[in-house]
Formats: sequence, C-alpha cells, structure tokens
Amino acid sequence: MTEPSKTPTTSWTPRIVAFFCNWCTYTAADLAGVSRMKHASNVRIIRLMCSGRVDPQFVLDALAKGADGVLIGGCHPNDCHYAEGNYKCLRRYELLQRMLADMGIESDRLRLEWISAAEGEKVKRVINEMVETVTRLGPLGIPQKFDAWDREMEDFAERIAAREAAAGGHAGHGTEPQTMEPAHV
Amino acid sequence: MKPIVPKKHEPVRIGYYICHCGTNIAAMVDVEAVAKYVATLPNVAVSRHYKYMCSDPGQELIQQDIREHRLNRIVVEACSPLLHEHTFRKATEAAGLNPFYCQMVNTREHNSWVHTDRAEATRKAMALAHAAIERVPHHKSLEVKKVPINPDVLIVGGGIAGIHAALTLANAGKMVYLVEREPTIGGHMAKFDKTYPTLDCAMCVLSPKMAAVGSHPNIHLWTYSEVAKVDGYVGNFQVTVRRKPRYIVEDLCTGCQECVAACVFKEPKFPDEFNLGLGKRKPVFLPFAQAIPPIVMIDPEVCLNFKRGKNPDGTHTVSDKCKKTCVQACGDRKAIDFKQTEETKNITVGTIVMATGFKIFDARRTPFFGYGIYPNVYNALEVERLINASGPTEGEIVLRNGQRPKKVAIVHCVGSRDENTNRWCSRVCCLYSLKLAHLIKEHTDAEVYNFYIDMRTPGKGMEEFYNRVAEEGMHLIRGKVADVYPDPNDGATGRVVVQAEDTLTNKILKIPVDMVVLSVGLEPHPEADNLRRLFNLSCSSEGWFLERHVKLAPVSTFTDGIFLAGCCQGPKDIPDSVAQAGAAAAEAMALIDKGHIEQEPNTAYILADECSGCKSCIPLCPYSAISFDESRQKAIINEALCKGCGTCVAACPSGSIVQNLFEDDEIFSEIEGLLAPVPA
Repeated sequence: MTEPSKTPTTSWTPRIVAFFCNWCTYTAADLAGVSRMKHASNVRIIRLMCSGRVDPQFVLDALAKGADGVLIGGCHPNDCHYAEGNYKCLRRYELLQRMLADMGIESDRLRLEWISAAEGEKVKRVINEMVETVTRLGPLGIPQKFDAWDREMEDFAERIAAREAAAGGHAGHGTEPQTMEPAHV
Repeated sequence: MKPIVPKKHEPVRIGYYICHCGTNIAAMVDVEAVAKYVATLPNVAVSRHYKYMCSDPGQELIQQDIREHRLNRIVVEACSPLLHEHTFRKATEAAGLNPFYCQMVNTREHNSWVHTDRAEATRKAMALAHAAIERVPHHKSLEVKKVPINPDVLIVGGGIAGIHAALTLANAGKMVYLVEREPTIGGHMAKFDKTYPTLDCAMCVLSPKMAAVGSHPNIHLWTYSEVAKVDGYVGNFQVTVRRKPRYIVEDLCTGCQECVAACVFKEPKFPDEFNLGLGKRKPVFLPFAQAIPPIVMIDPEVCLNFKRGKNPDGTHTVSDKCKKTCVQACGDRKAIDFKQTEETKNITVGTIVMATGFKIFDARRTPFFGYGIYPNVYNALEVERLINASGPTEGEIVLRNGQRPKKVAIVHCVGSRDENTNRWCSRVCCLYSLKLAHLIKEHTDAEVYNFYIDMRTPGKGMEEFYNRVAEEGMHLIRGKVADVYPDPNDGATGRVVVQAEDTLTNKILKIPVDMVVLSVGLEPHPEADNLRRLFNLSCSSEGWFLERHVKLAPVSTFTDGIFLAGCCQGPKDIPDSVAQAGAAAAEAMALIDKGHIEQEPNTAYILADECSGCKSCIPLCPYSAISFDESRQKAIINEALCKGCGTCVAACPSGSIVQNLFEDDEIFSEIEGLLAPVPA
C-alpha cells in the first residue's frame, strides 16, 4: 500500500468542510463577512438548522470525499435555538473522535466550536487556527487511500487467480473464481 | 395558479446565476469564469452572471429563463440566504415554479468579503456553486405551512419605548400585556428633568402617555412583575409572569396615600429608590408622585409588621408587631394585605416587544473620578433628580451640606470610549451634559466646566442646541479628566480639584470645584443575559440585544415574533427610542394583521416502511414531537410540534427520518460538490 505523501507540496492547501448551525455560527460567519474580517479561504460552509443535525456520517463522508478536516459550529451551551441540539452534537462529537482515533485519523482534523451570532471575530480565529493545524498535519488523502486499497485488492485477486491457474484448476471449494469488488466505489 | 412541480421523469434543468453585487462579489471573484465553469456541470441549462441579481431586472432574468428554458431548479450565488433567500424564492414562485426548488449560495459574506486572494476566492466560489448544483436535483416541492397567530402582544419593560409601543398597539385595537419589573412605569425618562434639544420637561410629555397606559382598556398593566418563563414560538408564545407582592390590593387602592401619612414612622427614613437614595421615604410609599399605577406599596424589608430579613425562598414573614396605623387609615377600602403572596399569571401572546432598557454605568468602577469617595461627586442621573422640581431638593441644586455650588465640573464619557470599561460611545452623554450645564447655570449661576473628549452632537436640532448652550458662556475644555482629589486649600466644604489636560492648549489644568457631575455612559441591563436566555435572543459582544440586520431589520431579532425597542438594543436618545418603539409595534402589527404565520417547511417526517421502531429518536426531541404508535411499532412525528432542528434525523440508525430542505441526500451531494476538483 502506498502512503499518500505526508510532506505537503507548496501548492497544497487543506480543504475543510464546515457544518454551521443556522442561528449562531452561520450568522456569526455572516457577521465576519459584513465586518470584512479577512481569514483563510480553505473552509467551505454547509448550513444546517442546528448542530444537532450533524450526522456523524456527514463528517465521515466529507473526509472520505477528500476533506482534510471538518469543523462543526453550534450555539453556546444553554443558547441552542432548539434548546439542546448542541448537546446532542457534543455527544456525537465525543464518540466520533474515538472512532476517528481508531481509524488513525488525528483528532485535530475534527473540531467542534461554540460560536454565537455575535462572535464574528471567533469565526475568523477558529478558521485560521484550524487551517493552520490541518496544514501542519498535511493532506489526509482518504480518496487516494481508497484507490490504493482498491489496487491492493485487485492485485490480491490477480495473485490468487494466477496461483490457481498455476495449480491447474480449482483450488479449495470448487466454486467459480470471483472478481473482487473494489472496497470503495 | 398552482406552482409547477416537475414530474419525476422530467430531466433536471438548472438555472445558475452569480451576482456581481456591484463590485462586492465581482471585485474578488471572477464571476465570468465561475459562470463558465458552472455551465460545464451536469444538469445546468443556463449559467449567467449579472450585476445585481436582487434587483427587479435580475429577478426578471430568472423568471424569463424559467419560462423560456423550462428550468426546474434555480441556484443563485450571491449574498447570505438569511438576507435574500426570500427574494429569490419569491421570484422563483412568481415564474410558476415551487419556491423550494431554489437554492442560494453565500459567496459574499462567506467568500468575497473575507478573502484577499482573487484566484482562491474564485475557486471557492466554484466549489460552493458545484455543491449547490449537486444539491438541487434532490430538492422537492414543499408547501409553506400556515398557522394562525394569536393577536395579543407582550411588551417587556415600561420605559418610554415600552410605553410608546404599548399605546401604538393598543390604539390599533390589539390587546397588550405590559410587564414592568419596577412598581411604576416611566423608566429612566421619568427621572429626567428637561430633555434636549427642546428643553421641554420630561414628565410634561411623559406623564400623559403613562396615564394613557394606566387607563387604556386594551392594556393589561402588570408592574412589579417579571417574566419567568417563555415557551412556544411566533404566533403562539406561552408566557409565565410572576407578580411580586406589593402587599397592596391593586384594585382596592385609590392612591389616596392616607396610609403613608398614618404610618408609625412619622418621618420618611429610608432611602428612596426613585430619587437614587438622595431622598427618603417611609416603609409604605408611592414610588413617585405621578407613578402609574398610582398605588402605594409596602417595603417588607423595613416595615415593622414584617420580620427582619428574607426567608430562604425570598418571601417575608408577617410579624404582626406593628400597630398597623396604615390599615386603620385605609379603613373600609381594605387595600392593605400583609398576607399577599407572589401571583403567577399565564398568558398566550403571538408577538413580543422587548423594551428592557439599560443601566447607567457605575462610576465606582472608575475610582479616580472619586464617585462614592467624595460626597460632592455625583452621577448625572442624581443631578437630574436634584434639578427636578419634584426631586428630593424640590429643584434646588444644593450639595449634601445644603450649600449651592459656585463652580461645577461636568465630566463627559465616564465609563464610555474607554478600553478599560466600555468601548462604545453612549450617544447621549455629550448632549445631556450640555443640557445639565445649561440647567445648572440657570438654577445656580455657577461657573460650569465641561470636560469632553470629542463633542458629538449629531441629529436634528442637536448641533444648534450645542451652539446655543455654548454661547451661554461656559467653559468647554477638550481633555479627559485624569484625577479628582480633595482641594488641599479647602477647609471642610468638600471642595475637590479636577485635573485634566487641555489638549487644545497642551496645559495641565487643576480646577477647584464645589461639585463634580459624572456623565455616565449607558450599559446593557444587568438582567439582559438572563432575558436573552429566557426569550432565546442573541446579544452583541457588549451585551445589547442583537437585531436581525443592523440596517434592514433593526427591530427584528433572530427569533421570529420578538422585536426590540429602545436602549435594550443599544444606547439611544428618547426620539430614537420612540421611533424604534413605533417600528417594533408596526412590525408586530404586520404579523398580527396578516392573521397567520408562514412556517419554513423544514420539519421532519418518518418513512414508516423503514422505521424499525427502535425509539432512539423519541427522547431526543426537545419539543416532544415524536410519539410511538404501539400498534404498528413505528415512531410518528407530529408536524405541528416539530421545529425542524433535525436532531432526530441525525440519530436515526435506519435512516428513516427525513428533514425537509435538509435531507440526507441533499447534504451528501452538497459535500460531494464542495470537494469535487475545480479548475486551477
């Protein structure tokens, strides 16, 4: 298996997907805009009504599709527009962090922040910090890893087929040789 | 006309529009390149860039394209959806397409305004566009849900803003609940003597309005009361109000004050709150002469008929140790009730106006001005009471030793425009300082020294007022006061020296004066943070309630149906507070008179065939909108209760809950589009 290059090339910059709740953090990002608070351009924001809507699958999917980090923004504790969606988000975040650790993904690639509608300055700070951290971590490159794994599986299948052919006929169960499905489509 | 809903088999035909927003977007994003790129994406039938998409011709462009090119999805890349989503949905609908086939991309607030590299910003604009292009094919036709609105209004705070909003709404025939935490309405304005720039007396203009509130058939006035709980949402808020005991039956008290005269305390002995402790009152008292409602109250902390101190639950216990001369004086009216307890009222209203006001800056936080240390240093509100004819000195400006001041210093910007205290300008202190200077001069003929940082007198008639007062002959010194200390050459009169640098002559001035007036700034109300939580509002970092849009929705909040009036939103003078109160009342009326609320159709529903009946979602819903159908072993969402947060959707292990407008497929495709490669 080939490791994706850990040393970022000069042209590489991270791509970060952000899930911001409509009421606090998305509004804060708007405020940062209205206040012309310049910050790194690597974060792309998806608006959800509440941080409680952030399905852990969204985070995994973003990483699988090539994001180098994911940022979640919600209302401060006690300030959730929907009473407690942010707490639900926090619970999922904690669990997800454990899962990411098991998968060998650095915890700094997923960040959860409480940013109120008045904290445009915090949006700027958090985005800049996150971009800096993820830049230091380098590309995550999961799509490339998937490709490598797929190639590995194909190689594996070919090797088995070759060995079977060399053994002259069916080995083992007497079933027809199967084509291996790629691990990721 | 029923909106067009594309048939299932109909191919998706997207119209994409990127707005220049003048140069707001176009200066940082190569809109032409983005439009060209988007034209190459799947399902895109039309891709254009235009100077101002929100203008009439911009909207017309969309509508024309929908008709000509049979578009069935619209993507507008422009400003924040919180600003113009409504506009483009309307435009989409006007061309006959269901408005929820329209998606906005925020490339101004989140892109062109916050980035500096044009190439990067252009690539980001492309990625954001791609996300929306991937998203819209999953959009569905949705209908706006209409729910009836309760026509009653709650107004929190009975200062001039609350009063004006209450009268405006009540005069329009709406039922108003006005809740005020103090025993009387009137707020800060009732404490002022004269008002700038016209120098008409504050109470002369305020008291008729207060009286009108007190007697208005459409206003329920609840003073000495606080909002304890707010549930529900626009059109249907359930509010709990605590009415604190004043130990007087409101309906029976006539305001004759015979009880006050009869009190066993022959002389007023306790600090009078309305006069900021400069005067004295009895345990039974009328807050001030023109109080509305004009009824007395008893202070259980000092009344002899109560045991000393509060119980742990905040109540007071009757001791029955007093002769109760007040009860005898009240006689058959029987308005005094020592056993009165807190009362809880539950009301339902459709809209709420917040008019909770401000607090003056506590000058003790800037000890170098000597407030609270030297008796002759006053804050401006105390001086308002001293000048006021109904104040503790009946309009005589006298020092605590009874002498008239001969020299007075007025220090502007106390606690304002200062990194160490409040950074903002209080907006009123220049003008009220000039007013006080004029009044002090008029009452005492004293020498008046105004120490200012900058003289800020914007507004109608204000600069003229400044010129007029300046010509009366007072000292205007441009310099920040650095220190106030006792005059070493003074015996025992309490004279102090004000030290400042005159920045126009570069001289250090040390001026001995008899009286110092601190023009304190305005701060958010100390309860603002609690109120914010209670009403689900946002505050600015300073602590003022946050308006929905600083220019275009200055009295709306992020919580639909709640509006702002007066200084709770930020420092402002009386004319502005009244104007804003009128605006808040009009906004509330616009909702009420429409008769119904249109709700964003972002509620969730359950795909019954896929629901495994695991019940994971049920405890997650903060609105108890999800119930369980035992017979079918399926969860059900009550659409009327669902507020559309999507928390249950994210939790469903079988993916059988769908949130309208934020479906899983929509989000996944958005992620895909965001991360798709864009041309370098």
